[in-house]
Amino acid sequence: MPERELTFAQAVREALAEEMRLDSRICIFGEDVAQAGTPFKVLSGLVEEFGAERVLDTPISEAGFTGIGVGAAMTGLRPVVDIMFGDFLTLTMDQMVNQAAKAHYMSGGHWKVPMVLRTTLGATRRSAAQHSQSLHAWFSHIPGLKVVLPSTPYDAKGLLKTAIRDENPVVFFEDKMMYRLKGPVPAEEYTIPLGVADVKRKGDDITLVATSSMVQVALGAAIQLEKEGISAEVVDPRTTWPLDDNTIVGSVRKTSRVIVMDEGYGRYGVAAELAAVIAEGAFYDLDAPVKRLGAMHVPIPFSPPLEDVTVPTEEQVFRAAKDLCGKS
Amino acid sequence: MSTVTSRSDPGPGIAPDQEKWLRAYRQMVRIRLFEEQVNELYTRALMPGLAHLYSGEEAVAVGICEALHIDDYITSTHRGHGHCLAKGASPDRMFAELLGKEAGYCRGKGGSMHIADPATGNLGANAIVGGSVGIATGAAFASKQLGNGRVAVCFFGEGALGQGSLYEVINLAQLWKLPVIYVCENNLYNEYTHYSETTSGTILGRAAAFGVEAAVVDGQDVRAVNEFAARFVKRARAGEGPAFLQADTYRYSGHHVGDVNREYYRSKSEEQQWKTERDPIQLHGKWLIDQGCSDSATLDQIATEARVEMEAAVKFAVEAPYPSTDQVNEDIYA
Repeated sequence: MPERELTFAQAVREALAEEMRLDSRICIFGEDVAQAGTPFKVLSGLVEEFGAERVLDTPISEAGFTGIGVGAAMTGLRPVVDIMFGDFLTLTMDQMVNQAAKAHYMSGGHWKVPMVLRTTLGATRRSAAQHSQSLHAWFSHIPGLKVVLPSTPYDAKGLLKTAIRDENPVVFFEDKMMYRLKGPVPAEEYTIPLGVADVKRKGDDITLVATSSMVQVALGAAIQLEKEGISAEVVDPRTTWPLDDNTIVGSVRKTSRVIVMDEGYGRYGVAAELAAVIAEGAFYDLDAPVKRLGAMHVPIPFSPPLEDVTVPTEEQVFRAAKDLCGKS
Repeated sequence: MSTVTSRSDPGPGIAPDQEKWLRAYRQMVRIRLFEEQVNELYTRALMPGLAHLYSGEEAVAVGICEALHIDDYITSTHRGHGHCLAKGASPDRMFAELLGKEAGYCRGKGGSMHIADPATGNLGANAIVGGSVGIATGAAFASKQLGNGRVAVCFFGEGALGQGSLYEVINLAQLWKLPVIYVCENNLYNEYTHYSETTSGTILGRAAAFGVEAAVVDGQDVRAVNEFAARFVKRARAGEGPAFLQADTYRYSGHHVGDVNREYYRSKSEEQQWKTERDPIQLHGKWLIDQGCSDSATLDQIATEARVEMEAAVKFAVEAPYPSTDQVNEDIYA
């Protein structure tokens, strides 16, 4: 029998549906999550199966309903809160950073906040500066939160099921350009632990550490590099917190060269942190400086030719890798 | 919308609920004496951080919490010691928390502004003004979803009226008919600024805009506060949705203990007038005596017992050990 394939969006929906069938405490709320199924149609069909008591449309009040998620998680529910665009996370910051992330610690371990905040990241959708950002670094910076960045339908399903079962607040970022990406997803039950990186491609000459949207870019570049005789290993951390330092550092020790790639801003961002982890863990094994590739340090522009140069491309990765390997 | 401003006294022949009102008196005295000890600990430099005293506002916390069950929820504020005590917290573990000791409610990790206690439904005091409005509303949402009959009370000061998230959650609570009661403790001052300088329109007008049941009450009258609390709790439990209570009150001290020279924002005569004419403990004590529920010797005895309790609690906290430094990495994740 051929391997079953799902789109990224279908994988997310299937994870939610399976978990909601298992646990009646799980509910979904956010803007246009019920009949509309979100603008990306990720949640289509859920309100029909689980009813309006468990899939609830909210007013356009991100701070308010995120706060309600925090309180509901503390008192016996397991909310999955939907923030339509990652840019709107700015409106949730007090609830996530000062409330959700700290309730367990500040109470000496007495209260816990088992909630998931699902949202999006990623540019090149011609949506301009307020619908295109990748703000996962902000949440990775805050102790008490976990941050998940799936890059395939398989990972999206397995990681989301784990996130829902986690006892802590988890921020789950979906690349909105990836919703139609197809990939193998077994019908059988499986989960993927948080904090375990995945080697998406094995290689010997250079490591490409890539997150979320950048994983496909890295894999594309690796195919080009192979034609040039450069064997690239692609490592996907899958979660930025907890971060699987060992797998990342281990790969770099083996290959001795590395490019870190992330669609957030490179400066002060996830790519900066990955570079620091590698510098601390593999400095004496490096044959070239760590190369960092992130979004250009500009607000995301609207005009297509402008927008396209802000995000790292396969071609950039290909050239940077050749440089690092002394083959340019 | 109801705008009753004072409770009607029980008519002739209606026996007052002696035990209940004596307990309310005792609770208010305990809060007052707790805060006196806090002031003492702070000024003797035994207490790190900040201390925001609840003295003067006791009738609000006690009037509300006497209408709640132990498993009903509250969220509290930076000025939260009164709410915690009124909901049933023990002074010894509270003082221990204030001093950063391991025996404290939060193992010393929260301090004065973050006391939380699941055993008494206390979801936590919050040091972000208006920061807990979502949490309280979320607890009410969970109560409704789970059908457990619990209500949530969200205490906040009138300073929180400036926060937009308050209106976001009131809107949702009314749409979803959630069992939550928003208690606005109007002590007149947003830190160092009179609320009239920061608040356009009326306070109750805000609740009215959402069609929420709302009332203003004399927050120095514990029986009046309790009457509204009982009414609103009953509605909430019956599935009739949220309510909003504006309790007019006064904080005797500064914004925090270090706020000593405050004549630039309020006069000493104003403070004196509230303390002598509107003190919630004196007013309720006089009522108890007038009604024949108690006598001055009994009330003195209550104060003596509370003082002994607080002194013992302070002693417990002072002598309790600090957490070992390896605990700094514990409780980050569940």
